[in-house]
Amino acid sequence: MLDIRFPIGLMFSIFGVLITIYGLATLGNEAMYVRSLNVNVNLISGICMTVFGVIMLLLSEPVRKMFRK
Amino acid sequence: MDTKFALAGIDYLIMVVYFIFVLGIGWALKKYMKNATAFLEAGRAMPAWVAGLAFISTNLGALEVMGMTGSGLKYGMLTTHFYWVGAIPAMIFLALFMMRFYYGSKARSVPEYLKLRFNEKTRGLNAILFAVMTVLASGISMYALAILLENVLGWNFNVSLLASAAIVLAYTYLGGLSSAIYNEVLQFFIIVIGLLPMTILVLTDVGGWGGLQSSLAPIVEGKGYAADTWTTTWKYTGSGTANPLGVAWYGIFAGLGFVLSFGYWCTNFLIVQRAMAAESMTAARKVPLIGAIPKMFIPFLIIVPGIAALVLMNDPLKGFALPLNDAGQPIYDYTIIMLLKQYLPAGVLGLGVTALLASFMSGMAGNVSAFNTVWTYDIYQSYIRPGTGNKDADDKHYLKVGKMATVFGVIVSIAAAYVASKFGNIMDFLQTIFSMINAPLFAVIFLGMFWKRSTGNAAFTGLLAGFSIALLHHGLTQPEGAATLVKGGWLGVIHTYPVEMAQNFWTAIYAFTTSTVLTVVISLLSKRCKTDEELNGLVYSMTPRLSDGDIRWHQRPWFLATIVGVICVVLTILFW
Repeated sequence: MLDIRFPIGLMFSIFGVLITIYGLATLGNEAMYVRSLNVNVNLISGICMTVFGVIMLLLSEPVRKMFRK
Repeated sequence: MDTKFALAGIDYLIMVVYFIFVLGIGWALKKYMKNATAFLEAGRAMPAWVAGLAFISTNLGALEVMGMTGSGLKYGMLTTHFYWVGAIPAMIFLALFMMRFYYGSKARSVPEYLKLRFNEKTRGLNAILFAVMTVLASGISMYALAILLENVLGWNFNVSLLASAAIVLAYTYLGGLSSAIYNEVLQFFIIVIGLLPMTILVLTDVGGWGGLQSSLAPIVEGKGYAADTWTTTWKYTGSGTANPLGVAWYGIFAGLGFVLSFGYWCTNFLIVQRAMAAESMTAARKVPLIGAIPKMFIPFLIIVPGIAALVLMNDPLKGFALPLNDAGQPIYDYTIIMLLKQYLPAGVLGLGVTALLASFMSGMAGNVSAFNTVWTYDIYQSYIRPGTGNKDADDKHYLKVGKMATVFGVIVSIAAAYVASKFGNIMDFLQTIFSMINAPLFAVIFLGMFWKRSTGNAAFTGLLAGFSIALLHHGLTQPEGAATLVKGGWLGVIHTYPVEMAQNFWTAIYAFTTSTVLTVVISLLSKRCKTDEELNGLVYSMTPRLSDGDIRWHQRPWFLATIVGVICVVLTILFW
């Protein structure tokens, strides 16, 4: 049956990339990040989520199968 | 206080991506749904870790998340009693002592275990109560979701209600229990990852745990409690008046730690169903333990921010406030919403909102997927159309019935949600009543599993009497200052509890005790209904011990249970 790590990995990789790009695009926008204690949380969370997503993808059966070939 | 979020395009994009994945999982599982077993029991093929995360995620519904953050603000670290004493011991017990009977008896549901162990009428009573309860519970969370979307995102109530129902229906109809379980795992990760930035930011803002403790001191003393009441768990439970929960240590131990938690975690089919879907006996026994590991740390994610919110509320510079209800009281359930609004900019905010949406939907899907199983096996197959003996044809037929029950369950939930929108109090009342059926059920199942002498008639009477006593106790008592009859006292008030929590604990304790005493007495007075051979696999003393000799030591349930137990004790001591 479907290995759930694949959709989880894929979804968080997409989220991660989207939010990282958004974080980069708003890099100079200080007003926007006042609420998050002047930290660009989008950039940080985006990178963390991408890493998590890619790890899940690498562990998932469809990707491992691809590497075995 | 304005509750509206200002969402940007990126936030909507994240929500859309999430919904594509939710529906995509249902779609990808569609081809496996060839018979009733695949649809209603996930083919008993789930790996332990998947079922384990789903096990915990079913309980991590949005009402739980919002409620626990609000309770963090109201009761402080005492709220962790719902986790460390109110969940972990019951989960360990379920794993080590009960799962082997649920799983090994080949029962497909908790009511069916009652049928195998006792008799048809005990199953019938439990099945009907459970079916009604799950559909209404799903309606309540649907209503809560639609109200939240109206208040927070400004979406139309009807559109939100119907759209969320349609999405839940689509993925549970396509992929059955497997789809519900997979989506619960997805939801688990999105809740943790979606809420983590908020938790870290709010804790940083109040100066970490140390800063939190020192800023809380004057506020808590102002309320008339000792300075560290909000950051300790057992320290002030010597008497009920020294802590905001209003309950002393023995009440917490007996009410929450024993009756309520064992009733909920060990006998609620909604929860147990996840473990019953595991791929093997060993996996099924490990499911609650795997779920227990994240469960122990969830308080840091959702309760601690609630405690910090108390500091923010009392600091005018932070500009943090909760919305007020018509009576001018703060709505504590909105604590997490207001925290998300306070700290998260567009982008991660979308993720936080998606996490809440996800938890609402998986709560509904969980209820619907438990309802269709009980309906198909315990009501339809038992009373309306028994199996014909042709296994393939039956399986096809019950698959169709299971799918129809899914549609029916969602439609009734929608109707219940509209009833809730007209008469919110009635739904509150029903929810309180239904929370009472678990305590007598636990008494009956516990006696059935561990005492071979208990009989069918005794179990039926015990179940019915326990539930009636719970109703009676609720009708005759009320919490102090209760304005409506929903909180109790609808038969006249003979006792008043300091807080609602204390009333709930004692309702459960009375129900459990009545049920236990009656079941024991009637069992001793009546003839046994099952022989020793018939009880093999259903009763502890009549079943050969399981040998874990062929499993490597670090994969044995006992080893995992020890780790869980040790972490739980360490956490309790650290936050004593």
